[in-house]
Amino acid sequence: MSTVTHSPDTTDTELSRLDRLREQHGDRAAILAVAGGALLLVSGLLSWSYDNRILDDVSVRFYPLGIQLYAMLLGIVALALGVLLFRRPQWLNPGRGLRAVGWGSVVFALAGIIAVAYQAGGLINVNEGGWVGLAGAVLVLAGGLLSPHVDLDVRTWPRLPSWAEILVIVVMLGLLLFATAYTLNVDDPATFGCLLITLLAVAIGLVGSGFGEYLGFIGQNNRRPLLLAAFLVAFLFPFTQDGSDANMSIATQILIFAATALGLNIVVGLAGLLDLGYIAFLGTGAYVGAMLSKSAFATIGWNPPFLVVMLLGMLVASIFGLIIGSPTLRVSGDYLAIVTLGFGEIFRLAMFNLDGNNGPDLTNGPNGIPGIPDLNFFGFDFGQTHTVAGIPLGRFSNYYFLLLLLIAFVILVFTRLNDSRIGRGWVAIREDERAAEAMGVNVFGLKLLAFAVGASLAGLAGTIKAHQDTSVTPDQYIFLESAFLLAAVVLGGMGTVAGVLVGATVLKLLPEKARIVNDYRLLIFGLLLVVMMRFRPEGLVASKRRQLEFHEDDEELAEIVQSEHLEEAK
Amino acid sequence: MSAMLEVKDLVVSYGKIKAVKGISFTVDQGEVVSLIGTNGAGKTTTLRTISGLLRPVSGSIVFDGRDLTKVAPHEIVSLGLAHSPEGRRIFPKLSVEENLLLGAFSRKDKGIREDLAAAFELFPILEERRAQPAGTFSGGEQQMLAMGRAMMSRPKMLMLDEPSMGLSPLMMKRIMTTVTTLQQQGTTILLVEQNAQAALRRATKGYVLEVGSIVLSGTGKELLASDDVRKAYLGED
Repeated sequence: MSTVTHSPDTTDTELSRLDRLREQHGDRAAILAVAGGALLLVSGLLSWSYDNRILDDVSVRFYPLGIQLYAMLLGIVALALGVLLFRRPQWLNPGRGLRAVGWGSVVFALAGIIAVAYQAGGLINVNEGGWVGLAGAVLVLAGGLLSPHVDLDVRTWPRLPSWAEILVIVVMLGLLLFATAYTLNVDDPATFGCLLITLLAVAIGLVGSGFGEYLGFIGQNNRRPLLLAAFLVAFLFPFTQDGSDANMSIATQILIFAATALGLNIVVGLAGLLDLGYIAFLGTGAYVGAMLSKSAFATIGWNPPFLVVMLLGMLVASIFGLIIGSPTLRVSGDYLAIVTLGFGEIFRLAMFNLDGNNGPDLTNGPNGIPGIPDLNFFGFDFGQTHTVAGIPLGRFSNYYFLLLLLIAFVILVFTRLNDSRIGRGWVAIREDERAAEAMGVNVFGLKLLAFAVGASLAGLAGTIKAHQDTSVTPDQYIFLESAFLLAAVVLGGMGTVAGVLVGATVLKLLPEKARIVNDYRLLIFGLLLVVMMRFRPEGLVASKRRQLEFHEDDEELAEIVQSEHLEEAK
Repeated sequence: MSAMLEVKDLVVSYGKIKAVKGISFTVDQGEVVSLIGTNGAGKTTTLRTISGLLRPVSGSIVFDGRDLTKVAPHEIVSLGLAHSPEGRRIFPKLSVEENLLLGAFSRKDKGIREDLAAAFELFPILEERRAQPAGTFSGGEQQMLAMGRAMMSRPKMLMLDEPSMGLSPLMMKRIMTTVTTLQQQGTTILLVEQNAQAALRRATKGYVLEVGSIVLSGTGKELLASDDVRKAYLGED
């Protein structure tokens, strides 16, 4: 089946026209793609603008910078896919990859041209590089559209020796690290936008051509090395920042957000309970951390070691979870959503009002608890810059490493629970609560457990957040934050670790880097969710079984799931 | 033979409507007992109340010497009472094997793999398709899975709610033969059926339910021979 049939607005006649073209000119697809790739590559060596102040200077010929480099990257990927189209391997579908890269390149070239024209005052000011790039992009797209459809045979995936597979993983993750560090250092918004388009086009191209699935296959064969390599890469990230705290501050925000989203994922993704007030548990942890800190505004004059504070944060948050959960988890999901929504607001208002005028002074009301000192582990001051191997690591880098440990812990809890008997019970509850009950699954107990574990993980993250932010105020814990957490889970892929990490990164990074996204972030995220629900309801990264839940009539997918089950059974 | 399950004056209601109006019956160890009756007679309600999914208004349910009316459903399964619910209620997106393992959820011992093998022996088709999502099964295969799943908790007594519903005559025969096999292997069975003939032929004892009350009882053979049953349930004049 051709992928074009999925598009509802393509009529039958149009479809057959494209098919006819494909039959007539299919053999030229590879030539078009290679030519287009070459043009894109050349466009990177040409000038895009007269004005060297635009897009970080793309005016110089034969000295590619900024979007000139990205054009060359797109060109290289298109060239590679075009060459593969000649070779026709059974386990790759270069045509589909070319279509994605083609569309991406066209959008990229147009965006580049528009950016130059807008800033320099007219299309006339766009130099030859832009037009050559656009021509190349159109050729690549034409090549992609004309290339024949391939029925992928996943059984012919080449098996590399295990050291080579691990090498592939390390190289890919290394590229990821490089790309992340590079992306974060791009400041010009138009260039940043073009870079995102490029990276997206390359990523979708790789996934579309089947290369992504192959990488996933390699990853699945080497789970442990993959996990270690991923943490190594994450660990190395601060060393790429040259002591600058700008990106590290964003990175720590992302890690806290991701750790909290992963906790929420236990509640929503594994147990299938909709919690709309989850941010309150993060707030609980943060307030516990703040009240027990050495801040001059702390309301409790007790400063236990931070390890104790972390445990207390988890404990208090999970007690709140149990208090909210025990009356509501007996009723159906909708009520739970409403009650948790209410709880989130009650928490915020309570923190707002516990200022001594109404009830005891615990939180200083709207002023919150500022001046929370940095953590200090056995003389290691988190507020100081430390130099390791000649590279300075600032305050945020210190917190980053601590948060990395937190994420590792959360992931460990998540995966252990998911793979356990408890995880199986959650699956049963999600699928059919009544049947699960008849099978002897303690439905209420397991739901309560999910609620308490999720809450305690958020509480743990909160205690660290208090010290990293240096102040805790009620307005940090509004409903919108709960909604964003939920969006990260849904966007990334419910019930998966990698998906939620991706979702959290996207949702936190975009507003920080692109001002326009920040101004309209509710609108943009809303649109994003609507589009996702239409085209990929299972999330960006989805387990195969989750995919099956949303695409029940996909027989091919059912077979893949079946073969995976068989592998596991062995 | 001692009474494994003793239901006494059981009253169950949905709001103001009484679905079960004070029924009493016993199931002895090793028996196959059939509860027959038309739609709405209260058969499913009775089973759901026994397994703790519904709570009775009054009356007692004593299983293996313990009153179940205040015991949580998951504990009832642990006590050795398995329930294969109406409409099979298999987990359609989970594989056959995962479905079976969920049946053993109440257990934490090491014998689960053996019981998996036993379920596969009982229904070889399940082993062939152990990795297939259960929702792709035919009705009969789903029923086999539902029974296999219920047996995974290693129950002393198995309650089957309308296992023949929607099945072909051939498949129905297969299921009913399995009921006898399970009985011979030592499992006590409480069978709820609309298909009176099939249910009564294999039953050691039967009860006829009509709008919430037991109107007739006797051995399976007696009931099969009874004029009332023949008229009402077997369509004979």
